[in-house]
Amino acid sequence: MKTTDNLNMSTEDLIREENLVYKKTECMTDAVLSFCPGCGHGVIHRLTMEVVEEMGIQSDTIGIASVGCSVLAYDFMNVDMTGAAHGRAPAVATGIKRCWPDKFVFTYQGDGDLAAIGTAETIHACNRGENITIIFVNNGIYGMTGGQMAPTTLEGMKSSTTPYGRDISLMGNPIKITELVSQLPGTYYVTRQAVHTPSAVRKAKKAIRTAFESQKLKKGLSLIEFVSNCNSGWKMTPVEANKWMEEHMFPFYPLGDIKVEGKLIK
Amino acid sequence: MGELRLMKGNEAIAEAAIRAGADAYFGYPITPQSEIMEYLASQETHKRTGMVLLQAESEIAAINMVYGAASTGKKAITSSSSPGISLKMEGLSYMAGSELPCVVVNVVRGGPGLGTIQPSQADYFQATKGGGHGDYHLIVLAPSSVQEMSDFVKLGFELAFKYRNPVMILSDGVIGQMMEKVELFDPIPRVTEFDQSWVATGKTPDRERNIVTSLDLDPHKMEQHNRDIMAKYERMKKEDVRYEEVDCDDIDYLFVAYGSSARICQKAIKLAREEGIRVGLIRPITLFPFPTKEIAHLGDRVKGILSVELNTGQMVEDVRLAINGKVQVEHYGRVGGVIHSPIELLEALKKTFITK
Ligand SMILES: Cc1ncc(C[n+]2csc(CCOP(=O)(O)OP(=O)(O)O)c2C)c(N)n1
Ligand code: SF4
Repeated sequence: MKTTDNLNMSTEDLIREENLVYKKTECMTDAVLSFCPGCGHGVIHRLTMEVVEEMGIQSDTIGIASVGCSVLAYDFMNVDMTGAAHGRAPAVATGIKRCWPDKFVFTYQGDGDLAAIGTAETIHACNRGENITIIFVNNGIYGMTGGQMAPTTLEGMKSSTTPYGRDISLMGNPIKITELVSQLPGTYYVTRQAVHTPSAVRKAKKAIRTAFESQKLKKGLSLIEFVSNCNSGWKMTPVEANKWMEEHMFPFYPLGDIKVEGKLIK
Repeated sequence: MGELRLMKGNEAIAEAAIRAGADAYFGYPITPQSEIMEYLASQETHKRTGMVLLQAESEIAAINMVYGAASTGKKAITSSSSPGISLKMEGLSYMAGSELPCVVVNVVRGGPGLGTIQPSQADYFQATKGGGHGDYHLIVLAPSSVQEMSDFVKLGFELAFKYRNPVMILSDGVIGQMMEKVELFDPIPRVTEFDQSWVATGKTPDRERNIVTSLDLDPHKMEQHNRDIMAKYERMKKEDVRYEEVDCDDIDYLFVAYGSSARICQKAIKLAREEGIRVGLIRPITLFPFPTKEIAHLGDRVKGILSVELNTGQMVEDVRLAINGKVQVEHYGRVGGVIHSPIELLEALKKTFITK
């Protein structure tokens, strides 16, 4: 059968093993994702779990969900998980990793969680060089609570608590916490990625793999920032949101590796 | 007989944590309890038993590290004093909600605010009524000797795991700082098998994934979860109320006091009895679950009850609830780090109930 002729395939043909081009990882559950259509969270969840599956580490992986839109991460990720209080995931991860140094421990946190209420926990876990992985989703806004300003909200960017745009003189500057923690000797791998295009997804997955692999080396913390969208909070369609992200977020939060094998790039 | 040592209360707590097979201590320095972490550090716990010791960046981080360790079934302990315990309250609420075991030591100092580093019992409400947000209780143990500082660490872990609920050892600056003879219990090996029905140690093919959380967005499930937690508290009230009675055979009056206040009451009882005043003491050892029935029972036999506390009147509310109006219940206490003397307590008893 010609593969270009997909539309003529019966359903049975389509799901035949040899015709499968993509299969959901066993490390994701069958629960329907609760994220808004077009939101980056779902892709980042899947990539993280694909890496866990490909590395064959499901039985040695412990995840920490944080408070934000990803609070229910454990409904979708088929690994043992614990839910941390808002901002405290790096401390919870520290408690786990110190007791189980050979397990793979990761946190999944939004920008409000990681860079506002949890700044102290973030910086100190990084500085101590905890051998954990932090998956950090920066969508420039508080998604879960309805689109308020986040520490990462850009200058001039509208949110429900900065309805006329973020005024730096009143609200302070957006924080580049990823660059900040890259300066600390305890971080081993620090990178900024996105998941808005197939090529970005491929790079992002490689980065997650590198981060998890580096836990084996016990040389320090690995942090991946995902510059992501929040079409609901930004009040845009998914397509508009991705375009806006490329035009406004990427210039301020440039993609790429910041620290590799403990050494700053550039 | 176990090993005998002369120790500070805080050191006894620390030594007991090692001997109880604790897997981890996370803490942040604060007077009057910093000796706990200092003693653990001096012992190089990682070499002695493999116990993890980490000085956290704050009490908030420390309790959340405890939360993490406890999520995996490990025996974790933290300690602090009043201002630091306030910071731990969010974490303790989460632990109670997620049904996680741990031991938290509060070597209480005077408040409110930064208060004083001197001893106090002003954290009774915070310890026994929940302290953080939501409907929950900590199991609260109140040691009144260095011996009990040691014993209650072991007991604390037993109760914490029996109920999967945080246990607070509510001590104070007197018991933490004073030195006494203590008989140490024999070391218990650290646990290596974990209850796979709930711990987050990694999903193995033979079981479903385990999720540790206090969240449920379905109100009916959340209600059921709250009811399940409440059922544990009812069970604690049936099975784990602890108290001590002193000289209560022939009483006209009763002191109710815990911790260091209970020790001062014992001396006051001696002085009172020299004057022919028949007074006894009930010392609640578990402040939650509170010995409500036992106090009510003693209340039938006395003319007046004095709740003696180093605060402006907190436990007295629980004593009044127990007595339910049957007899006069009053409070006596010093605050701000001032400690009552036995003579002062005797005078207070006389003035309140006898000479009036
Ligand atoms: C102590 C505390 N303060 C505030 C909140 C309310 N809250 C829940 S999620 C959230 C912000 C989440 O934003 P972010 O971390 O950026 O994640 P997102 O939802 O955008 O993915 C806030 C403020 C809370 N749950 N706990
Ligand atoms: S509110 Fe924003 S971050 Fe949350 S699921 Fe929707 S799009 Fe994603």
